[in-house]
Amino acid sequence: MDWETVIGLETHAQLSTRSKMFSGAATAFGAAPNTQACAFDIALPGVLPVPNKGAVERAIRFGLAVGGEVRRRSVFARKNYFYPDLPKGYQISQFEAPIVQGGALRIVLPDGAEKTVRLTRAHLEEDAGKSLHEDFHGMSGIDLNRAGTPLLEIVSEPDMRSAAEAVAYAKALHALVRWIDICDGNMQEGSFRCDANVSVRPAGSDTLGTRCEIKNLNSFRFLERAIEYEARRQIAICEEGGRIVQETRLYDPDRDETRSMRSKEEAHDYRYFPEPDLPPLEVTDAWLAAVGAALPELPAAKRERYERELALPAHDAITLTASRDTAAYFEEVVSGLAEAEQGGEAQARAKAAANWVAGELAGALNRAGLDIARSPVKARDLARLIARIRDDTISGKIAKEVFDAMWAGEGAADAIIERRGLRQITDTGALEAIIDGIVAANPAQVAEYRSGKEKAFNFFVGQAMKATKGKGNPVQVTEILKRKLAG
Amino acid sequence: MFDASLTELAAALAAKRISSVELTRLFLDRIARLDGSLNAFITVDPERSLAQARAADRRLGAGEGGPLTGIPVAHKDLFLTEGWPSTCGSRMLANFVAPYDAHVIERFNAAGAVILGKTNMDEFAMGSSNESSWFGAARNPWNPECVPGGSSGGSATAVAARMAPAATGTDTGGSIRQPAALTGICGLKPTYGVVSRHGMVAFASSLDQGGPLARSAEELAALMNVMAGFDARDSTSLERPAEDYARELARPVAGLRIGVPREYFAEGLAPEVAAAVQAAIDALQKLGATTSDVDLPNTGLSVPAYYVIAPAEASSNLSRYDGVRYGFRAPEYDDLMDMYCRSRAAGFGAEVKRRILVGTYVLSHGYYDAYYLKAQKIRRLIANDFAEAFKRCDVIVGPTTPGVAFRLGEKTADPVQMYLDDIYTVAVNLAGLPALSIPCGFGRGGDAGPASDLSRGGLLPIGLQLIGDYFAEARLLGVAHQYQRGTDWHRRAPPIGH
Repeated sequence: MDWETVIGLETHAQLSTRSKMFSGAATAFGAAPNTQACAFDIALPGVLPVPNKGAVERAIRFGLAVGGEVRRRSVFARKNYFYPDLPKGYQISQFEAPIVQGGALRIVLPDGAEKTVRLTRAHLEEDAGKSLHEDFHGMSGIDLNRAGTPLLEIVSEPDMRSAAEAVAYAKALHALVRWIDICDGNMQEGSFRCDANVSVRPAGSDTLGTRCEIKNLNSFRFLERAIEYEARRQIAICEEGGRIVQETRLYDPDRDETRSMRSKEEAHDYRYFPEPDLPPLEVTDAWLAAVGAALPELPAAKRERYERELALPAHDAITLTASRDTAAYFEEVVSGLAEAEQGGEAQARAKAAANWVAGELAGALNRAGLDIARSPVKARDLARLIARIRDDTISGKIAKEVFDAMWAGEGAADAIIERRGLRQITDTGALEAIIDGIVAANPAQVAEYRSGKEKAFNFFVGQAMKATKGKGNPVQVTEILKRKLAG
Repeated sequence: MFDASLTELAAALAAKRISSVELTRLFLDRIARLDGSLNAFITVDPERSLAQARAADRRLGAGEGGPLTGIPVAHKDLFLTEGWPSTCGSRMLANFVAPYDAHVIERFNAAGAVILGKTNMDEFAMGSSNESSWFGAARNPWNPECVPGGSSGGSATAVAARMAPAATGTDTGGSIRQPAALTGICGLKPTYGVVSRHGMVAFASSLDQGGPLARSAEELAALMNVMAGFDARDSTSLERPAEDYARELARPVAGLRIGVPREYFAEGLAPEVAAAVQAAIDALQKLGATTSDVDLPNTGLSVPAYYVIAPAEASSNLSRYDGVRYGFRAPEYDDLMDMYCRSRAAGFGAEVKRRILVGTYVLSHGYYDAYYLKAQKIRRLIANDFAEAFKRCDVIVGPTTPGVAFRLGEKTADPVQMYLDDIYTVAVNLAGLPALSIPCGFGRGGDAGPASDLSRGGLLPIGLQLIGDYFAEARLLGVAHQYQRGTDWHRRAPPIGH
């Protein structure tokens, strides 16, 4: 039997506020244990929550970015359970009336196909602290620095059908939260973490199978492997005639497997009820409008604009809108190029810029492990280099040499071209003289070419470039060679 | 000096007839003499109090005193008070010394008042008799075999017995008004959101409200001028312009429309209480007020709704007392679950545990709609009843409690009987309205069963409740003050300590 895997993700994005969701304590990562926990965070008697406006604003930004409904009145609720790293004995979250309802995310699959994943909701909540079970000799340590850190829990519909789709969704979401500047996306520090709800069903069925929730997926690779493992596990059970038990499972990256954490019967009754210490959270029309006005152009809109206005192919548009920094860099190259050229064809300029940003620059950044924002070659400088190709000062091939020199910090493109004498030879007379010499010196190859062996042409191009130290204008060299060899 | 009003004390301090240190000592001495039998205080710390008194004297000496500068005030032991034990009457917090001041304490400190001590209370404010305190029951100064009411019983006892000129309390279902009524003093429960809950240990967050206890309405106004005010640290605190709660004290009662709820004079009300309340209404009519009947048809649902909502919130609010970070932890345990169970089993008393169980139950999956959600709907109906009534009257007047103070132990065996003592007070909390209780007479408890054979004294105070519309505190205080100008119930002192 063929099986279909059905996946929905619950993602916790840590909101990039400096202070916590309901207290003034700092959220910085890596401080000494319990040094960033105030009276509220350790749940002293008499303390009360005060919502962080910045966190609410980030949630609104997200809601607008995914086209969800931003609720004018959302309600905080208490989720009650006992655990030592949950100081109040309840987590303040949102339950029946989350701040964002609905929305969707467009994702691109590895094969280039595209798909829309619907979102169920996104709600604000506070994080718990951490229990430390090592190094305490039979006791547990509690670090409450993380307690109260603002989170946006983003819940998708079960719209994904493979681990690859789930990863594509998680990556798109990861890119989006960084794009709209609500989360730093640092997965190692736990700023962006996913739980996956996985079920399987016979292909063609339209009812959902029993799902398992997999926790502890803090990298895209673990997400992919955990889902693949879990789908195999469930299919194996089904094929043997067994039944899937609804439960929460933990992914163990060392063993590359999931294992049971707690069953449905052991699941907590969280006794949700509206948080009486907080009135409903009001979002006024004016606030919503202000947040919307400050929202940057979103990746989907930008991508669509690149394809429409700049006539870029889809794959370029996707690559250039992978992050806000990449798009900003690209746009700066384009505008730098426009300034340098004073006229000319905008779409051709954009294509040239796209080739360089998505090609040579991306490769160099990737090799160096650098983010584009920290590129040693600035966008304006790259624009000047591209301008020199387009005005025939240098060839594309020479340009790569110039780029490497710029990357190494040797200065601006023009200076490097001058210093190294890389200016292209475009003097037809000079080129003809050089080519005449080559043709005269290689009668055998001339004969070969004239007998129909087109490949011999490349030999002459190579000789011409060698003689000009790569500086011969390739178009002119080709044109002159064709003329001379035609004999 | 013990019978002097806050105004008189302030005048004496300003005129240097007495210093704050001398005044504070007088009260500390009286506490030392009387509190062994009354048990109104959980903590008295003369050194700390006198240090504050000395600071107040310097301030007074510099001519920088305000109406409360140098005056000792007792605080219910659930207002966190920096450096003082703040126990909530519980073993769970018996060792807890507060690291910060509640907003209310900050305000009294800023006004230059002296913290006289921390008063006894029902454990976590859960009770109507003060008997659930881990530190033993406070006693009613009118008859030490009777309860002073609760949960702010220690504060009421302290003020009634002249061990403190004034005190703070909190009122979740009547915890200021009921003990005020049972000890013959005045107590105001403000509109929800008027007094900040920051640093006021939560029992039921949506109902809890701090307020003052004193011997006259005029003094309540002076205390409210200090206690009330917006506090950004409490998201339910209401941001309104500061008001002078004494501004309507001189306003005549003439023209006041009094609403008398029939439901408050039905079965269960002791005839002597009904008679005293009726006499008070008559007195107000003589001052020019008009009366009319009003309907509060859902009154009978208020106690059941209250005993769903308050325990539900309490069960969650008290989860933080888990023995992990502070407070009581069982000395021995096997594992985490065992530590929770033993610490909470031994740290909380029976009434608190009963309410945690009830609250946990009503919030549980499958019961939430039937209990919690239904109770919230009733809450809205009750608020609507009051809104309707206030279209036709300015103040609702009735009894504060069904009877006078009962004897210790009389109702502890039957929680429901105890809960019914709140029948006239809880609806006000559910609606979030302001209300006060002032003394209006005395009774013998003749209809309250065993209390009829009271061994000494024999007379116990009766409280008159005035309920106002939202933010009508100043009006309520004005009506109460005008009533007190023509009566002397509030000047009667219990037969103790002379």
